[in-house]
Amino acid sequence: MTAVTHSEHGAPRDQGGPASTRIVVGYGFWIFLLSDIVMFSAFFAAFAVLSGNTAGGPSGKQLFDLNEVALETGCLLVSSFTCGLASLAAAARYKIKFYAAMAVTGLLGAVFLGLEVHEFVGLVAKGAGPQRSAFLSSFFTVVGCHGLHVTVGLLWLGTMMAQVYAKGFRADILRRMMCFSLFWHALDIIWVALFTVVYLMGMVQ
Amino acid sequence: MFGKLTLAAIPLDQPIPMIASLIVALSILGVLGWVAAKGYVPYLWRDWICSVDHKRIGVMYTLLAMVMLLRGFSDAIMMRSQQALAFHSGGYLPPEHYDQVFSAHGTIMIFFVAMPFLIGLMNFVLPLQLGVRDVAFPTLNSVSFWLTATGVLLVNLSLVIGEFARTGWLPYPPLSELQYSPGVGVDYYLWSLQIAGVGTLLTGINFVTTILKLRAPGMTYLRMPMFCWTSLASSLLIVAAFPILTATLAMLTLDRYLGFHFFTNTGGGNMMMFMNLIWAWGHPEVYILILPAFGIYSEVVSTFSGKPLFGYRSMVIATMAICLLSFTVWLHHFFTMGAGADVNAIFGVASMIIAVPTGVKVFNWLFTMYGGTVRFTTPMLWSLGFMVTFVIGGMTGVLMAVPPADFVLHNSLFLVAHFHNVIIGGVLFGAFAGYTYWFPKAFGFRLHEGLGQAAFWFWLVGFYVAFMPLYVLGFMGMTRRMQHYDVPEWRPWLLIAAAGAVIITIGIILQIVQLVVSIRGREALRDTTGDPWDGRSLEWSTASPPPAFNFAVLPLVEGEDAYWSAKRQAREQGAAAEPDYEAIEVPRNSPTGFVCAFFATIIGFSLIWHIWWFAAVGFLGAYATFVVFAWRDHGEDEIPAEDVARIDRANRAARATALPEPI
Repeated sequence: MTAVTHSEHGAPRDQGGPASTRIVVGYGFWIFLLSDIVMFSAFFAAFAVLSGNTAGGPSGKQLFDLNEVALETGCLLVSSFTCGLASLAAAARYKIKFYAAMAVTGLLGAVFLGLEVHEFVGLVAKGAGPQRSAFLSSFFTVVGCHGLHVTVGLLWLGTMMAQVYAKGFRADILRRMMCFSLFWHALDIIWVALFTVVYLMGMVQ
Repeated sequence: MFGKLTLAAIPLDQPIPMIASLIVALSILGVLGWVAAKGYVPYLWRDWICSVDHKRIGVMYTLLAMVMLLRGFSDAIMMRSQQALAFHSGGYLPPEHYDQVFSAHGTIMIFFVAMPFLIGLMNFVLPLQLGVRDVAFPTLNSVSFWLTATGVLLVNLSLVIGEFARTGWLPYPPLSELQYSPGVGVDYYLWSLQIAGVGTLLTGINFVTTILKLRAPGMTYLRMPMFCWTSLASSLLIVAAFPILTATLAMLTLDRYLGFHFFTNTGGGNMMMFMNLIWAWGHPEVYILILPAFGIYSEVVSTFSGKPLFGYRSMVIATMAICLLSFTVWLHHFFTMGAGADVNAIFGVASMIIAVPTGVKVFNWLFTMYGGTVRFTTPMLWSLGFMVTFVIGGMTGVLMAVPPADFVLHNSLFLVAHFHNVIIGGVLFGAFAGYTYWFPKAFGFRLHEGLGQAAFWFWLVGFYVAFMPLYVLGFMGMTRRMQHYDVPEWRPWLLIAAAGAVIITIGIILQIVQLVVSIRGREALRDTTGDPWDGRSLEWSTASPPPAFNFAVLPLVEGEDAYWSAKRQAREQGAAAEPDYEAIEVPRNSPTGFVCAFFATIIGFSLIWHIWWFAAVGFLGAYATFVVFAWRDHGEDEIPAEDVARIDRANRAARATALPEPI
């Protein structure tokens, strides 16, 4: 039985061997996203435990404005679509389309953030800030953590556009773009869960 | 301008922390001065601090862990001597200081000794065993290490500037809330763990990707050495559990900094949620620590018995079973906190079930030795000491998994004895076995055998003398973390425990002497073959120390125990023909990790002391570092084919002379 022999030309024979960089990067980023989702699940769990603990303060039903949240949801979902367009444009090495799609994505993300900040400011003004009750603490944390992710995403988006401008569609830049779009779509998935668990279920409680 | 930070933060009136930090500062300055005087600064910067080579990062992790072991152990000595003295008296450590000592001891030993020690060994060994040239993300690996170093720095800084937490190694609220812990101690705890935790999480991601996506051709899952399997399980647990720690610490931070109500007494907070969340991370954490150690024992026992690992597949199944089950038992850490009989029963049974796959492992190691030609080297002694000690610790664990028994033993010294029994006897002995076993691979010479064995015996005997009395004390009703006591029956046992700590001290001194003696006598201990123990897995097929690229040509694996079979084949058929060498690209060294950690230190320190503007500077710097890294055009250096050929020919020549006669 032979165990270690070397292939004829130094390259792996048809035996598997290390995956390509693109696969490795994408795979690693998926694992990161999974860990991020685990972190969110802890915040979701905290919200689920504390959502009834209003300490005599307002409940979700009294506070949430579903119209505004629907608008936020719309912005984020459409931005995922345009992010997909940007990925297609990058794959086709089509710069103008890429910039346009990324710009729209960023704009929609910014509008989403603006709406969220508006909601938060309104709540605090009503005396329903995170210090008011455990319910509001967990609400601000889980929603705010998502908002923080969107903020980081916007920072990344801007950097990504600058990178494409400076370096073109190089292989490593395209890999980063793949990670960025994964990140952006994952934020969408988390938002869908937020919308359901925090807002919709908060309204029926 | 400086937030809460004033000159009063430096405890000039307390001699112990001041003298300790003076010694630390002098030794750091001494080492730096020696490095500068010898002209090693450029070498240190270029080849170590900026290194993205998994082998060097592994060595640095291990070194960091060993230095911190000394720090954590001096805390242990202080606790044992305090309890030996504090009968009907206050001892020499006032309560507020004693509380910091036991909190720092636990925090340091788990996060900054056990974790970096095992992560260091994994870093060094994994790519070599998998037959590849590096981990999946080499620069990220360097970032992970330096973030861990930031955590270490912050914890040690708390000795000189401010204070450390007085809450125990897990900061249970409401004690850890601002109302009851108004100082910066808990903040030091939170930020150092948060920053080091990010490093650990990135390491987990890196290792999972490495093991699942980067393996030599032919290295199928069921051909991987056992250590790779246990590292995979451990890394998966890191990825799944550490984010929970991040979230939990973030919640406590929000409570303390912004007046949130996650765990407070008021405003509807729920402190029981903290126990659930922290142990949902904390119990997997103990398996994150023990699983790689199990892997080390598997490698060591199989190598020094001259046999393949008995029941390899059952070992894989047991490892993955433990990986899953570790998430189903967290509640046994707080049976007494009122979850009810049914819930307690379920978690009690689940906890006992974990003993089954663990028992499978113990029998596998025993049967691996059975019928083998066992060589009683230092790593093997650590493994044997582990098997006996860990089984005792495991049985006391199963005892405490019975909820009614736990109601009697909860928070007693019995518990303290139990977890030291499994962590010292399991994790630390494993780390020492791995350190001795892979040392020649890392540095090209073996550690002194006699001193290693002597250190082992002092550790083993010292462990039993120090911790068996704690079991007795637990039965006698002594609770943990007592600063003083007035029960005369406890005194003799505490004096015996203190004597045990002295015996362990001798073991540690012998380990330091062993290292020094081995370095000085390295020519006599030189490993010229790259295979000093007659090893079985691929790390022994490269030179000691391995070249930067590990393997000149990626090995082709066609079975388990890849290198063992290769040696047999070479003996029967002569060495394989020389391969065609090609140029190899290796990742380029980069200061990114170090710079990231520099800014992380700024962020952590400023947040602890509420110096908001400085924290903003830190965040800006961190972002700038990422952009600069992202902008670089060349991530790799090429090693020309001639160099590869020259290095590999030397290795092949050394091996050809060593091979014909089995060792």
